[in-house]
Amino acid sequence: MPKIKSLEELMKIKEDAIKDLKLRQSGKRGKVIVAMGTCGIAAGAKETLKAIVDAINEFGVDDIAVVQSGCMGLCDVEPTVEVSLMDEEPVIYGNVTPEQARRIVEKHLKNGEIVADLVVKRGEV
Amino acid sequence: MKATVVLVSVDSNSVLKGAREYKNLFSQLIGEYNLSEMVDVLETGSFGVYMDGVLVEVLPDGVFYLVKSTEDVKKIVEEHLLKGRRVSSLEVLPEKVRSTVVETEELVKETRIVLRNAGTIDPTNIREYIANDGYAALAKVLKEMKPAEVIEEIKKSGLRGRGGAGFPTGLKWEFTYKTNADQKYILCNADEGEPGTFKDRLIMEGDPHSVIEGMAIAAYAVGATKGYIYIRGEYYESIRNIQKAIDDAYEYGLLGDNILGTDFSFHLSIRLGAGAYICGEETALMESIEGKAGRPRLKPPYPPVSGLFGKPTVINNVETFANVAPIILNGAEWFKKYGTENSAGTKVFTLVGNVVKRGLVEVPMGTTVRELIYTFGGGVANGRKLKMVQTGGTAGTFIGPDKLDTPLDYDSFKNYGVSIGSGVILVVDDSHCAVDIGLNVFKFFEHESCGKCTPCREGTRVIIQTFEKLSKGTATKQDIEYLWQLAELMEKGSLCGLGQSVPVPLRSLLDNFKDEIYAHIDGKCPTGICKMETKKKKKVYTRY
Ligand SMILES: Cc1cc2nc3c(=O)[nH]c(=O)nc-3n(C[C@H](O)[C@H](O)[C@H](O)COP(=O)(O)O)c2cc1C
Repeated sequence: MPKIKSLEELMKIKEDAIKDLKLRQSGKRGKVIVAMGTCGIAAGAKETLKAIVDAINEFGVDDIAVVQSGCMGLCDVEPTVEVSLMDEEPVIYGNVTPEQARRIVEKHLKNGEIVADLVVKRGEV
Repeated sequence: MKATVVLVSVDSNSVLKGAREYKNLFSQLIGEYNLSEMVDVLETGSFGVYMDGVLVEVLPDGVFYLVKSTEDVKKIVEEHLLKGRRVSSLEVLPEKVRSTVVETEELVKETRIVLRNAGTIDPTNIREYIANDGYAALAKVLKEMKPAEVIEEIKKSGLRGRGGAGFPTGLKWEFTYKTNADQKYILCNADEGEPGTFKDRLIMEGDPHSVIEGMAIAAYAVGATKGYIYIRGEYYESIRNIQKAIDDAYEYGLLGDNILGTDFSFHLSIRLGAGAYICGEETALMESIEGKAGRPRLKPPYPPVSGLFGKPTVINNVETFANVAPIILNGAEWFKKYGTENSAGTKVFTLVGNVVKRGLVEVPMGTTVRELIYTFGGGVANGRKLKMVQTGGTAGTFIGPDKLDTPLDYDSFKNYGVSIGSGVILVVDDSHCAVDIGLNVFKFFEHESCGKCTPCREGTRVIIQTFEKLSKGTATKQDIEYLWQLAELMEKGSLCGLGQSVPVPLRSLLDNFKDEIYAHIDGKCPTGICKMETKKKKKVYTRY
């Protein structure tokens, strides 16, 4: 770690650190929930979750919490991912591979467009 | 940053309950289940409450668990982390843990300035402190403020020393600022020897950088380039976290030479205390750092003019320093919004004894003893009645239930005979005897008296002899009258604050619990705790 030489450098570190912390605290705009029941994990939910976390960092989406949940009852389309934004009906995506997860983060979380071809359900489960 | 974080509350209490082992087991199991990429296990400071086990929070879900065994850890990993099912049998309601979460703040109006980060950040990670405005105040004074302006701001804020005496901090700094010397020092008093006080420990464990930043700002203000944190030797966790914080601050260029690229340099290191109460007295502390026996010096000269190694020295308590950065960032006016006219800001109190929720709370100055015990402490434990409260620490006042509505600040001793001291609220229920409690307190002072001056060395002994007589029912009214004279003698004649303050608990006990004391003279202990000798001795049967 090179020594901080100015206020600007301190502020830069602050911004980076805040980004890290925001992920931990519940996001303000909403959350994405990855179903991590046994069925989900067997279908690859862990890889999906990791892809989501990576993509969120990559696209700089810093106001969304990543949450794990149990099985949502949609075992045949696992891994499932629910995107629940503040003033929107929750959207559930099915068969989310790591590649699709990345798409969801970019399209839905970053640009606000629903990824229609992956939707399996809308509204509360 | 990983998706899920398990925060394990690690402080000196939870360590004894196995916090470290549980934390390691969490990491191990998470590895075994291949969850390491998703779940982080981190330590945080105390959540501010004590329960019979180790508190763990799973984020971002915000679920708290009380862990009491390795089985519990397994359950949480297998159920919650792996399958996403909460383990309701181990769950603790968040209200119970964080009486400070925003929603309930209104309800119990705890106000966190000093404890702003404790229990929410990882104290061993400097970046998390920086993320929460850490070192922004230091940057601000270095870039925008002259030393005299910093002192002016602290003076205006009305901040007073949190170590017990309540001396105005800005004034103290000004004395040192105005004294010319080739070397000046900043000392942090982290000896915390007052029985029942553990606020400084939790501040250092939970947010060590807040103390370091406060010290660095003080150093800039008065022109000091060296500092020491004198930490009580048994405070292993504090020592560990402060050392880590110092190392990281050096690495980030926030301590050392040319801080933040300016000409300001400040070097800081830890010195350890060896367990003597007297070493918390500022001049004895300096003797100790100088490598001598910890005995107090005659004052004046006072430390701001001639302190450590005879050089001008600012010495402040841990909590005092932790207040500095928020004042600089938010301004003196903001700080004065909290508390009372002559005592601005908040105070961290430790609730101990027969109270339901033992632990620490930070509330505005002027909060009443009743609010502390009943609103924050949940009342007297085990459904018993309140008998007495000792406020302010072992050197503080004993009061009865009639004085519960006293607002505590630095004037409450003068105005109501109730001291705030270091912020201890020791709750005593009606199963205890006033004489017995007194005996205990004075034994502490006798043991800790350094022996340098006669009033303290001999006075504490005489007090104990009298209380022993009381507890046997052999004391007389004259003995009590002599105690009153002795109190005056010790107050006026003792060399340092130790002997000078023994009269505080003594007088308040004699005054507020007069009836019970006099009952002992008549040979009766109302609670039946003292074994009276005046009663007919029972025949002793000895078996051979
Ligand atoms: C016997 C005795 C013990 C003391 N112990 C402590 C202590 O453990 N911690 C502390 O901060 N101040 C303690 N003090 C008060 C210090 O002498 C001093 O007033 C204080 O460190 C000043 O800091 P402040 O102005 O920030 O309160 C003690 C005083 C006496 C007389």
